[in-house]
Amino acid sequence: MLFYIRRKLIHLIPITFAVTALSFFFIDLLPGDVADAIAGVGTDSTVIDEAAIQAIRKDLGLDQPVIVRYFSWLGNALVGELGKSYQTGQTVADAIALRLPITLQLLVMAQLLAVVFAVPAGILAAYRAGKVTDQVVTTLTFAFLAAPSFIIAIVLVFIFAVILNWFPATGYVPFGDDILANLRAFTLPAMALALIEWPILSRVLRNDLIATLQEDFILLAKAKGLGTIYILLRHALRPSSFTLITIIGIQLGNLISGAVIVESIFALPGIGSLLVDSIHGREILMVQGVIVLMAMAYVTINLAVDIIYGTLDPRIRQ
Amino acid sequence: MTTVPIEATPVDRERSSITWGGFSLAFWLPVTWMVTLLFTVALADILPIREPTESDFTALKARPGLEFWLGTDVLGRDIFARIIHGARISLTVGFFAPVFGMIIGLIFGMMAGYYRGKLESIIVGVIDIILAFPNIVLAMCILFFAGATMVNLIIVLSVTSIPANTRIARASTLVFAGREFVMAARAQGASDLRILWHEILPNIVLPQLAYILSFMSIVIMIEGSLAFLGVGIPPPTPTLGGMIAQGFPDINTDPHITFMPALILFLTVLSLNLIGDQLRHKFTIRESAL
Repeated sequence: MLFYIRRKLIHLIPITFAVTALSFFFIDLLPGDVADAIAGVGTDSTVIDEAAIQAIRKDLGLDQPVIVRYFSWLGNALVGELGKSYQTGQTVADAIALRLPITLQLLVMAQLLAVVFAVPAGILAAYRAGKVTDQVVTTLTFAFLAAPSFIIAIVLVFIFAVILNWFPATGYVPFGDDILANLRAFTLPAMALALIEWPILSRVLRNDLIATLQEDFILLAKAKGLGTIYILLRHALRPSSFTLITIIGIQLGNLISGAVIVESIFALPGIGSLLVDSIHGREILMVQGVIVLMAMAYVTINLAVDIIYGTLDPRIRQ
Repeated sequence: MTTVPIEATPVDRERSSITWGGFSLAFWLPVTWMVTLLFTVALADILPIREPTESDFTALKARPGLEFWLGTDVLGRDIFARIIHGARISLTVGFFAPVFGMIIGLIFGMMAGYYRGKLESIIVGVIDIILAFPNIVLAMCILFFAGATMVNLIIVLSVTSIPANTRIARASTLVFAGREFVMAARAQGASDLRILWHEILPNIVLPQLAYILSFMSIVIMIEGSLAFLGVGIPPPTPTLGGMIAQGFPDINTDPHITFMPALILFLTVLSLNLIGDQLRHKFTIRESAL
């Protein structure tokens, strides 16, 4: 087991290098650099001052070769120094630290809601496989798979904020200020994310459960006269949830993409809206920092999922 | 947005009794929708529809009716015309990006599955790295800094469908690379390139094609999301996502401005998924290939 974990951790090193290098280089290779942005090139109104640009470039070390800059950036990144915004002067690390809890709360609530929707739906569909109930669930998952997150978010706003007026459409209340208002503000965005996530989870669970329900030990449990619900929850669910766990990890990338969209629709000041704002404000260092954070989060969570998976199912360790 | 399409198991296939040509209504309805849409979009320039960028200031935010079939937007532009022209962008991007993604994925996947060893580790590693970047985030950054043109959009979105295509191609190549006819070809002195091109490719290309409709639907959703966030093809060119974003502030009073393009986008993605799913089952593509 330790060997397995160590092998997985060693695998992380080249990926970390590649992910950071890629985030660094492709933003670096794109036309226009930080100095241009600071001097206002590309915003039509300003007169371009070559000397000023050169001065800023020297100040930021942009006159160094790209490899040198990558390693000095990586060294700084490792101790959490990702540079600072040249518009507000706020450091990238501070901006991220301020907004990360909001995104984390959104993702956790969304994931919980998705599991709450998906597990009963998956169990129901598997138990009634091929019957009307299954067809209804399958049709629903199909419909939700075809709806992009922003359309789901808009429909939710229309139903729950405009027509019913149950939840606010926008507006964020810090958790510390008013827990109830905070949860109310997070309900619709979390639900929008959960609704794009649950069909995938539900289908995976359904397919695995159908296979499990054909096993002999389920037949034995039935023969012993155990209740259907007891068999489904206590005997069948656990061995059928391996793929579900892996999918939750793989889907994280999707969920982060979804969070970017949902945060901007509901005006939640999380990492996603930080990214959108930074892109529109041409805050290159901020964009770089957020992308590295997102990519590393994805890689780390999937590593954790692999390790959990290896613990649950010794066969895949080999 | 899903990177790997997921589908139902074959358990529930014999449901509907009414079929035409072996397919049920759940196949023919989406096909009809896609054919109608494709024709309208292709013939948009010669059909008698209004100019998508022309404003009628006497009819701002008009309701759907006889004069403006689906109503007008906040600037008095015909929503029907804008949807047709917006769908043209969605469908163009949604066609080319998955096709390029599939070609590159096939090349990567066949090389990984055929040569194995170091090359395979490198290709799998590259795929892992691409997957680490959330697709919308990646596309958003590149488009914003490199410029949101149709060509850039197609390039960026084809990258997002490379990982899944590579995995599918690699898995099916692994199956065929060990088969007798490949060994026979090699015994006759066929080169690797010839084996890949003449022996393996014809066997794996059909199962690969079965997934392309799902990738098209995914790409169309991402394109819509990008346009919605304001990093897609810039105005005044109409895009479905852009129309939805523009109508959103008026959702209290004029929901049709938002929901008409949203409905078209939804129906198109749903149709592609339904057609793809049924074709896959018709030709019994094994899902374990993933």
